[in-house]
Amino acid sequence: MKAFTYARAGSTADAVAADAMKIAGGTNLLDLMKLEVEVPRRLVDINRLPLAAIEPAGGGLRIGAVVRNSDLAADIRVRRDYAVLSKALLAGASGQLRNKATTGGNLCQRTRCGYFTDTAMPCNKREPGSGCQAIGGFNRIHAILGASDACIATYPGDMAVAMSALDAVVEIEGTAGSRSVAVRDFHRLPGNTPERDNVLEADDLITAVTLPAPVPGRHAYRKVRDRSSYAFALVSIAAVVEMDAGRIASASLAFGGLAHKPWHDPAIAEILIGKAPSKALFDKAADVLLAGAQGQGANDFKIPLARRTLHAVLAELTGETA
Amino acid sequence: MPALVINGTLRSFDCDERTSLLDLLRNHAGLTGTKKGCDHGQCGACTVIVEGRRINSCLSLAVMHDGDEVTTIEGLGTATDLSPLQRAFVSHDAYQCGYCTPGQICSATAMIEEARMGWPSAVTDDVETSPELSDNEIRERMSGNLCRCAAYPNIVAAIRETAA
Ligand SMILES: Cc1cc2nc3c(=O)[nH]c(=O)nc-3n(C[C@H](O)[C@H](O)[C@H](O)COP(=O)(O)OP(=O)(O)OC[C@H]3O[C@@H](n4cnc5c(N)ncnc54)[C@H](O)[C@@H]3O)c2cc1C
Ligand code: SF4
Ligand code: FES
Ligand code: FES
Repeated sequence: MKAFTYARAGSTADAVAADAMKIAGGTNLLDLMKLEVEVPRRLVDINRLPLAAIEPAGGGLRIGAVVRNSDLAADIRVRRDYAVLSKALLAGASGQLRNKATTGGNLCQRTRCGYFTDTAMPCNKREPGSGCQAIGGFNRIHAILGASDACIATYPGDMAVAMSALDAVVEIEGTAGSRSVAVRDFHRLPGNTPERDNVLEADDLITAVTLPAPVPGRHAYRKVRDRSSYAFALVSIAAVVEMDAGRIASASLAFGGLAHKPWHDPAIAEILIGKAPSKALFDKAADVLLAGAQGQGANDFKIPLARRTLHAVLAELTGETA
Repeated sequence: MPALVINGTLRSFDCDERTSLLDLLRNHAGLTGTKKGCDHGQCGACTVIVEGRRINSCLSLAVMHDGDEVTTIEGLGTATDLSPLQRAFVSHDAYQCGYCTPGQICSATAMIEEARMGWPSAVTDDVETSPELSDNEIRERMSGNLCRCAAYPNIVAAIRETAA
């Protein structure tokens, strides 16, 4: 690990002005610092900032940036009104990691692409312009949607997929003041600048994520992975679906493991709403999801897997036995 | 330089910022009960209890814990005065090589408290409810602790008996 200076932030303004990399739980950053994938010269510790509350706001909830994943998953309001978020958090990492991992840090976690974490390999995300070894290489966990010639990495997290389905909003404090960005717009597609995972600028501090008022419906988070716990998603789906008189009254879905960001396409819900659930309908929804899908070889299986997982989730939530 | 309350004793250390909590415990505090498996959050051998919560000490900097209370396996019990979980691990033969055992016991000690607080898990059907610690619940909640000797059935039995 490269040497760095360390300071605890006394206030959010401190953290923004510190000209330093923020460290929260450290569960992703320290991992990458040990590998020298991240080599910050200054760290500012934001753990003791007063950003650890979950409070009612605007009919929904405001979740402070350093609220631990375990506390958020166990919050009774989240379990009751936003079960999809609780389920997504509980499906991620391990009990120990969730006790450290924070809301802000989880949003900003970096890809698990094996070339990104191997400094002996070219990687456009780690070293812009060096090339992408995953294209034509080991790409079993990589993207089937929205990838570019520069990078085919996926965003690996679970929490943000549920937050995308719930249409949550990220609150950010920067050198030019504060702003809000929808979770759906927070992560980026790689394009020609895969070194940028999301819309944050270097000095920006995430202060909170707000959930809108709860929507009616049944919640599911389905995560398909190589082992049944303590593993990242190959495909995951966060869904809230409400039925009314045998028809789908409302639906909100987001997908993990498929792209450089939690995948949200409003056209999928549009296909479903107002219709009676059926296998044919679920197939149409999967057609919309996968219209632009492109396998890379080792990850081709994700295309049929995403279709089958969508079938299973919709069948579960609508009561249609697929 | 960080000062931590380790197993009830306040101690201060002169260490580089890069020192992980794990390396501080083993190399600076001389408490080698806590083990280093992967050093990347992937095995749970380094699990200790900080401020009442189980964490991976390998993915935390010692300086971040200035002022914190840390409990390691040495603080849970001694050879002549074992904790209930330590006793259950012995009576159920819940190990082979024993390398993962300190992490398993620290993790399970805190996990039982999490369950008592009513926390759900990924295998809880209805996350609004607070389930009993079934074997399935124990396995899921302990998935952050790997055992290369695969002593899992006996680990689950020891935890089940202690939690009951
Ligand atoms: C073995 C293992 C398995 C895992 N499995 C899963 C899994 O299945 N699903 C899953 O979703 N995740 C998984 N994770 C990842 C884990 O969820 C993340 O490491 C964690 O959420 C990161 O949060 P943190 O607070 O520790 O972030 P840190 O490591 O402290 O920070 C991560 C990044 O976010 C930045 N940052 C942190 N807070 C802020 C803020 N408030 N404002 C601006 N920037 C900020 C940091 O500068 C850094 O770049 C796993 C991790 C490990 C080690
Ligand atoms: S997929 Fe992205 S992160 Fe992986 S090697 Fe290519 S550029 Fe790097
Ligand atoms: S040594 Fe910390 S998790 Fe493996
Ligand atoms: S007893 Fe050997 S690793 Fe668990």
